[in-house]
Amino acid sequence: MNFTFDGMDLTGRPGDTIAAALLRAQMRIVNRSFKYHRPRGLWGAWVEEPNAILDVTLNGVRTPNCRATTTPLAAGMAIESVNTALTARRDPLAVLDRFARFIPAAFYYKTFLWPSWHLFEPTIRKMAGLGRMDGTQDFVPAAPQRHETAELLVIGAGPAGLEAALAAARAGLDVVLVDDRDTPGGSLIDRAEHLEGQSPADWAAAMISAFRAAGGRYLPATTAFGAYDHGLFLLAQRRDHPAAPALIRLRADRAILATGAIERPLTFVDNDRPGILSLHAGQAYLNRHGVLAGQRIAILSTGDAQTAATQFRAAGAAVEVIEAGEGRAEVEAVHWFARHLRGLTLTDGRRIDCDTILASGGWTPAVHLHCQTGGKLDWREDIQAFVPRADRPQILTIGAAAGTFATDDARSDALIAARGDRPALRAQDPVRKAWPQLGQSRRAWVDFQNDVTVKDVELAGRENMRAVEHLKRYTTLGMANDQGKISNMPGLATMAAIRQVPIPEIGTTTFRPPFDPVSLATLAGPKREALFAPPKRLVLEPLHRAAGALMREYGGWLRPAVYTDVEAEVSAARDHVTLFDGSPLGKIDVYGPDAARFMDFIYYNTMGNLKPGRARYGFLLTEGGIVFDDGILFRLSEYHFSVSCSSSHVDQVANLLDLWRQDQFDPDRVFIQDATPHWATLTLAGPKARALMARLDFGIPLDDAAMPHLSVVQKDGMRIARVSFTGDCSYEISVPARAAAALWQRIVTTGRDFGLALQGVEALAILRMEKGLIFVGKDTDGTTMPHDLGFAAPREKKQVEFVGKRSLFTETASRPDRLQLVGLACQGAPLPVGGHATAPGQPASQGYVTSAAHSPTLGKPIALALIAGGLGRMGEEVEVYHLGQRRRATICPGCFVDPEWERLNA
Amino acid sequence: MQSFPCPFCGPRPEPEFLFVTEMGKTRPEPAAEVSAPVWAAYLHDVKNIKGEVAEVWQHLPCGQLYLMRRDTTTMAVLGVQSFRKGGAA
Repeated sequence: MNFTFDGMDLTGRPGDTIAAALLRAQMRIVNRSFKYHRPRGLWGAWVEEPNAILDVTLNGVRTPNCRATTTPLAAGMAIESVNTALTARRDPLAVLDRFARFIPAAFYYKTFLWPSWHLFEPTIRKMAGLGRMDGTQDFVPAAPQRHETAELLVIGAGPAGLEAALAAARAGLDVVLVDDRDTPGGSLIDRAEHLEGQSPADWAAAMISAFRAAGGRYLPATTAFGAYDHGLFLLAQRRDHPAAPALIRLRADRAILATGAIERPLTFVDNDRPGILSLHAGQAYLNRHGVLAGQRIAILSTGDAQTAATQFRAAGAAVEVIEAGEGRAEVEAVHWFARHLRGLTLTDGRRIDCDTILASGGWTPAVHLHCQTGGKLDWREDIQAFVPRADRPQILTIGAAAGTFATDDARSDALIAARGDRPALRAQDPVRKAWPQLGQSRRAWVDFQNDVTVKDVELAGRENMRAVEHLKRYTTLGMANDQGKISNMPGLATMAAIRQVPIPEIGTTTFRPPFDPVSLATLAGPKREALFAPPKRLVLEPLHRAAGALMREYGGWLRPAVYTDVEAEVSAARDHVTLFDGSPLGKIDVYGPDAARFMDFIYYNTMGNLKPGRARYGFLLTEGGIVFDDGILFRLSEYHFSVSCSSSHVDQVANLLDLWRQDQFDPDRVFIQDATPHWATLTLAGPKARALMARLDFGIPLDDAAMPHLSVVQKDGMRIARVSFTGDCSYEISVPARAAAALWQRIVTTGRDFGLALQGVEALAILRMEKGLIFVGKDTDGTTMPHDLGFAAPREKKQVEFVGKRSLFTETASRPDRLQLVGLACQGAPLPVGGHATAPGQPASQGYVTSAAHSPTLGKPIALALIAGGLGRMGEEVEVYHLGQRRRATICPGCFVDPEWERLNA
Repeated sequence: MQSFPCPFCGPRPEPEFLFVTEMGKTRPEPAAEVSAPVWAAYLHDVKNIKGEVAEVWQHLPCGQLYLMRRDTTTMAVLGVQSFRKGGAA
């Protein structure tokens, strides 16, 4: 399989990861480090890899920051290193490393403070930004998402996970086994450990066959990256590069974590040189891919490395095993010359020639998922590691993840866990400690990916950033995309040594999802672009579009903003008649014998005495007395009301009604149904509306006596209401949605003789502003009470209890300087919405402009504003301050056009 | 994401639910006889108990309020009960 790396043509084999192919091609330097641009090679062979984060282009799609150790190689991949000005081998910015002593941890915080971080940020980001996006590219295609359930979820298909999954499946449980590798076997394969006379691959394959035969579901190439409440696990299922992984949300009654352990590095001077790998990674490359990490290998290990050494020798390498850790000689120097590792010198004087160092500083159990659910950890002195505490009733951890490293022990524990019992703790042979040494004159790396050294941790200690969470943020230790899988423990141990306390007293930082980086496309799934928060659509949308409407979103609905010209539409509504699609207006039915009493309790205004066939404007309040919504209430019959709430607010109002209904009323005597989607509402407004209604001939009398302002008639399945949001005579005709198109066409045709114009939402916003009519949430805020809007009568007179009543009589509710809704008159351009009103020349805000526009009817600017004590300050002059500009304005009543409301009945 | 059992619809995912109030709050009435501190306590005071709590929740798709007892430390749901007369328990 041919591919390129930094422009070089290379060849890999099927089954290789990118990392295995690079190692096979003897690419020792695969990247540069984030901060110092030091040459870096592979350290790990799987998710723990900190260095080999590469940009991969395949079939024209560039995917930044692919981890080489977990990305399968595909023919034709163009792979590029990151953090480099040229290539991984030759990077002129490597000169930065010479100045390392001047750029320690927190250097950026301290240095680039003045005059502004933003001045330096672009350059620094460019120098250290990991992978590069291809800005010309569209999003990668959406990733599929699906839901699953299981009685038992087993995570990890190593020896422990396989045993547990098979035993549980055979016991009749519905079991899902998840493993992030393509093939089962886990660490057995890495170590080439034979079981029951079989090769690890054969043994694991046989286990999977038996598991499937017992009804188990096995999900390979799937990473369980997040564990959440009530047994929810998020799984990312790999797909062929560059497709983003699929997301599976799996809810399990119980889970068994057999997630294994991660090998720790040894922290010696220049321990980040290319050619220094984890011992386990060296074994994995040999046993999985047939790639030998080097020809002359020095193994530095705190544990038994003889099996591994034998394997390397059998493959043809010269191997020297050196015991590392407490009481043994330390590495004094790593010899690096002409971009090659040449050997090392120990403190006892020994000099070892080698081209590769395989290091093992012990094992850190992969406890991430246990901790993500809130599980705590216990420190185990024997293995120098944190293991899960037995505090998650539904989650059991087994095998190396629980600190039980021997395969036989892990397998017997698996059988116990499969039954739902918690295996007992097994004492392990004590490991030699190998924590970082303080006070070294040269740099030893703790976090490879973020270039954090022991000296940086010591600096953090000196500057009192001693708590683990402070240490993490001050030095960026563990903040890279490997989330400190290999660096957290050495970092904590270093801080423990600085503070001279035991490691468990330091604690760990918080483990949060994801365990492994997840593509945003995986998390977003199909919910993006058109499917991201899709708006509600009008049944008449095709007709609006045919009429040339500009459609925009208003309160969750896609509505006609304007058809031709906003001001022309306003003028048509004042001079002739307009047709407006008011379908989103709320139509919440309230029925039942207690409906009238319910409406009285729900509304600020008295509603119980409303006559059938009549309507009334009113406010819905929160229990805190704040205006929640406004609108017209229709009484259709003795036991039937319809709440016509704001278009953008229907769901919230319907639920508010339901909560009060169930809390304060007999739910068998009041019923609520949101019928908004059932109806389409066409509104005719303007001085010729009544004449047009007469011509349309719905068979109802239209005179003021039979059908006055604020009345409603039901006829032939229609509801015809006479209400007005423009100040002119206006009718709302509601028909079942399926009948809307025919009615619309009929009105448009008939309306020609009356100068009918189509009117969009923008024109309505001006028409209502000219009348001082509010939009709740625009002309009110989180402090507005109804008496601030000039509706004080119910507060003073309504005797019965209603929602929010007591709140209207608090000290705050009675203050004279409350923000009250008024108009503002001015000259010139409309006032800026959001501009603050002040006393002339004064800085203190006295309120702000809520709505403003040019009034085509009056030929001058108008505005609504919430002003402190505004209702008592008519005629007073204020200044409106906005973005450094001050404008004069005069407080006036909010109703600018026809203040006597004579046009309503004209 | 938690999974809550609605007494009417069975186990459903957390985003379908609305926390309404802690159980045991009574609306003080009539307004004219309610002191400011009593009203303020009704509006704003919550116990936020660490451990076992009884709360009113609403399952939004069916709209029904119900009583849910749960443990705020373990997130375990201890039981649910409908408020309907003779309703599902």
